[in-house]
Amino acid sequence: MSVEKSSSLGRDAWLRLRANRMAMISLFILIGITTVSFIGPLISPYAYDQQNLDRVFEGPGKDHIFGTDNLGRDLFARTTYGGRISLAVGLLATLVSLVIGVSYGMFSGYTGGRVDAWMMRAVDVLYALPFTIFVILLMVMFGRNFLLLFLAIGAVEWLTMARITRAQTMNLKRSEFVEAARALGYSHGRILFRHILPNLIGPIIIYATLTVPAVMLLEAVLSFLGLGVQAPMSSWGSLIKEGAEKMDAAPWLLFFPGMFFCLSLFALNFLGDGLRDALDPKSSKD
Amino acid sequence: MKKFVFSRVLQAVPTLWVIATLTFFMTRYAPGGPFDTEKAIPQEIKVKLESHFGLDRPLFDQYLLYLKNLLRGDLGPSFKYPGWEVSELIATAFPVSLTLGVLSLSIALLIGIPAGIIAALRKNTWLDYLPMSLSMAGICLPTFVLGPLLIYIFSTQLGLFPPLGWYGPADWVLPSFTLGLFYAAYVARLTRAGMLETLQQDYVRTARAKGANPWQVVTRHALRGGLLPVVTYLGPAFAGLISGSFIIESIFFIPGLGKFFVTAAFNRDYTMVLGTVLFYAALIILLNLLVDLLQAWLDPKARQAQ
Repeated sequence: MSVEKSSSLGRDAWLRLRANRMAMISLFILIGITTVSFIGPLISPYAYDQQNLDRVFEGPGKDHIFGTDNLGRDLFARTTYGGRISLAVGLLATLVSLVIGVSYGMFSGYTGGRVDAWMMRAVDVLYALPFTIFVILLMVMFGRNFLLLFLAIGAVEWLTMARITRAQTMNLKRSEFVEAARALGYSHGRILFRHILPNLIGPIIIYATLTVPAVMLLEAVLSFLGLGVQAPMSSWGSLIKEGAEKMDAAPWLLFFPGMFFCLSLFALNFLGDGLRDALDPKSSKD
Repeated sequence: MKKFVFSRVLQAVPTLWVIATLTFFMTRYAPGGPFDTEKAIPQEIKVKLESHFGLDRPLFDQYLLYLKNLLRGDLGPSFKYPGWEVSELIATAFPVSLTLGVLSLSIALLIGIPAGIIAALRKNTWLDYLPMSLSMAGICLPTFVLGPLLIYIFSTQLGLFPPLGWYGPADWVLPSFTLGLFYAAYVARLTRAGMLETLQQDYVRTARAKGANPWQVVTRHALRGGLLPVVTYLGPAFAGLISGSFIIESIFFIPGLGKFFVTAAFNRDYTMVLGTVLFYAALIILLNLLVDLLQAWLDPKARQAQ
């Protein structure tokens, strides 16, 4: 029975999302950018780190559709390869923050009482920390480790997720179907995973969609400060940094990575808004 | 009210302690040290330097000593700038960052609030669509893309403003706009949403029914409630302005505190890193307190909750 109900809820949400023109355009842009990023490095005749010192600073043209950089590397290969990394960082770090935040929030909200009070107090204290500063510090001090990048960013972004999950769990805990499950003698684990978690999926999806751009921005900031991925590897952030430095000689070096990056942020933000309206019609604006 | 401020200040003490402890041990466990330079210095000088700064003592003793000095307000000497106290370095660099921050925030509010009010009052006309589309574009254009773009247009092409440096007011324009426009975009959206909500409130309708002129309805009645979301946003905005200033200072070569901080972290200048982190943390806590007070002043409901 519950399966049938959730599927029709899902279909309702999908219909609402489809009616939202900006959200659908955003979805297509995202699919497009993701596809290009994944097949780009495969179809490009040049590798992302392949140098050709005879053809440096070449503008967009027939051989190099996005042009080349100061070492004659193909910008299309570098931009799409960088897209893989930026998108991967965005998704994986969001996943890290999701796992931490959702388990923390669910546990806190479900347990309640003093444990909950202390756990939320800890979140409040962490909120006051200048986190970006910590992430920068971490990356400078411990070197540019890729795994550390995910963990550091994920560790920053879980706080809001924990708060949202906790509030929802507190509400659900008092609902009748949870009471019924408890009366039937189900274990806490089963109640949490079978009854509460499925009802959290809406808010989780909405917030996750909005976390991805935040994470990508943070990664780009780190790369821009020279703390993210290291050459010859590229991410949109590091390409934008290189482009900004060589903007006078070769504006396309800033333009293409910047465009990909901004379009992705734009689409993710709009899609997040659209999903909020679709999954949670009550909160819709105006 | 006094009690509220007092309890918040008390709460700040453990927060700052946690930050000091975390940063202290994190910096110390990181590989490298302040005197491991690329150019090798003679071993005996290095030993002497380390003993001069107390780095040869047990780590936990150093930690206790640091906390003890901290309680007296002493952030210690910088390891990398001989003869400089950390507090002196902060006092030199922070005014630059502060100028940048204040200018950016003023730009954000001076552009964002009027744009949001106009959009809300003329909802669903081009006066609404145009600023709102621009603001969406502004949100998606990160500072490190906008900054180089503005340099390219206004400096390289038009030659109106200097591309980098921090010598006079002409240098202030591009950095402040780069940082401010992003927040202006956000503020405009929040103002619009807040105004739309308050304009529907009964008290606004009453004011209108009593024949107050439209200008007065907005400024005297609706604005106070309509600005609440903006005020709430100011807390995260301050924190964002600080980390944003790191980027701006690096794009425009501005000798502000953000640049000092990143350099200090690279150089393993332990005391400078700790001092800067604590300074930023205290600043954020103070600004958040101010935001809460402002919110209480604007919103009677929040006042009672406190």
